[in-house]
Amino acid sequence: MEMFDAFLVRAILAGVALSLAAAPLGCFVVWRRMAYFGDATAHASILGVALSLAFALPVFIGVLLIALAMALAISALQARGQTLDTLLGVMAHSTLALGLVTVSFFSDVRIDLMAYLFGDILSVAWSDFLWIGLGLFLVVGLLGWRWSALLTCTLNRDLAQAEGINPKREQLVLTLALALIVALGIQIVGAILIAALLIIPAAAARNFANTPEAMALIAAAFGACATLGGLAASLHWDTPTGPSIICCAAALFFTSTLLGALRGRGLS
Amino acid sequence: MSLITAKNLSVALNGRTVLQNVDLSISSAEILTVIGPNGSGKTTLLRSLIGSITPLKGALTRQAGLRIGYVPQKLHIDATLPLTVSRFMALPRRVPAKDLEAAAAQAGLGHVSQAQLSQLSGGQFQRVLLARALLCRPQLLILDEPTQGLDHSGAAAFYRQIETVRQNTGCAVLLVSHDLHVVMAASDRVICLNGHVCCQGSPEQVASSPEYQTLFGASTDGAMALYRHEHDHDHDHDDHHDHHHNDHPRGPVATVTGPKVAPDANAKELA
Repeated sequence: MEMFDAFLVRAILAGVALSLAAAPLGCFVVWRRMAYFGDATAHASILGVALSLAFALPVFIGVLLIALAMALAISALQARGQTLDTLLGVMAHSTLALGLVTVSFFSDVRIDLMAYLFGDILSVAWSDFLWIGLGLFLVVGLLGWRWSALLTCTLNRDLAQAEGINPKREQLVLTLALALIVALGIQIVGAILIAALLIIPAAAARNFANTPEAMALIAAAFGACATLGGLAASLHWDTPTGPSIICCAAALFFTSTLLGALRGRGLS
Repeated sequence: MSLITAKNLSVALNGRTVLQNVDLSISSAEILTVIGPNGSGKTTLLRSLIGSITPLKGALTRQAGLRIGYVPQKLHIDATLPLTVSRFMALPRRVPAKDLEAAAAQAGLGHVSQAQLSQLSGGQFQRVLLARALLCRPQLLILDEPTQGLDHSGAAAFYRQIETVRQNTGCAVLLVSHDLHVVMAASDRVICLNGHVCCQGSPEQVASSPEYQTLFGASTDGAMALYRHEHDHDHDHDDHHDHHHNDHPRGPVATVTGPKVAPDANAKELA
């Protein structure tokens, strides 16, 4: 019983903390139409896992480096006005495939790839909390510090520029925050589902929010609820935890969209 | 002492030269209007002045610590972004409520509401943009086609508001427009742009210059007649000039996203 409690407490702490930090970032991902961007960065993180194995680095560091490199590459291409849709698809899937192939070369190292693809929140150890705490503090701190500037850039780059805000620097802040969330989320909900944890609570919150700040707070609440609900469902029905969390978030999204439509102002 | 000076400015976008050897300077408290057909580089000029585009060559000098209030041509609010009027005005700096109300009054906005920006009419939306730009107590107000999507009387009312703002705050105003008729009435000085400066001077001088007439063709007479009319009489009788204008009502500015395609009679005459 003692064991059971400890791993559940760790899972709840890690999951709720991740969803709280993912919420404001997820709002920006939604507002700036970066959903695919988040997805591609997350997919590339499997290559980061391979890198960590190759150089015996902590997984967090390897994934952070690759996620950052991927996000920077996409930002640079975006700035040059490239049509991103196809390019993102190509990069997302080829980095994911390259990561999977590379990992297979380390067959002597026994790793559970499924844990990185779909997360293994129940295996979070106390020693992981150093990274999780530090990373999430950084993400929330960065976004809180740059909040108004980021919001102005999101509305209109020229408007921001006229106010003395540098849109390129703010984009970099978002890129860094995204890489951090991916690096932290890979162990908790996995590479495939981290983008879902960013987008779904934010999209669900849109139906109830009047201001950007309200949307971020409601998204955080939805994210935390989905995490708790997913953990409970996973324990009760013995379902995989990461997907259970996302299923809960999706249920919240559909309920909220339905309520929003009933109130006559659904997501258009 | 001019607030902002561009000397021999050339700007390229995606390898295509959009502006060539443009000289421009704005003195305090003057209303300067840049007119020109679609694609003549008006917006590019403004974006260079606020620092969004790095010029290919030429020099740009700003008065130290110059405060610029900027009203963009179009502001698309993504449907996923909830934003009230008061929250928008407080971007990027939170300001006391009484400053918000004062700026709103100056912009001719009744009061700062909690309405969503996406629900405003075109005219209200423009006034919110203007009010937000006034919050920093600008020395220079830059407006890019501020009456796009407004009907004729709405546009006339908006320009009168700009003139009032100038009188009350003493700020200089730089306007961009391809709507010659109404805008010229409000200007001290007009620059006619078509990739380069074609001609400049007082509204009368520009309207009677051969360069201007080449660029805008037959509509010149109408514009000039209208200019005199608007200047000499009460501005409220807008119904008199509808025959010059062929207004094509467009949607509110908030939703205008596509590329500009010759939207009105003036532009068609160029083709």
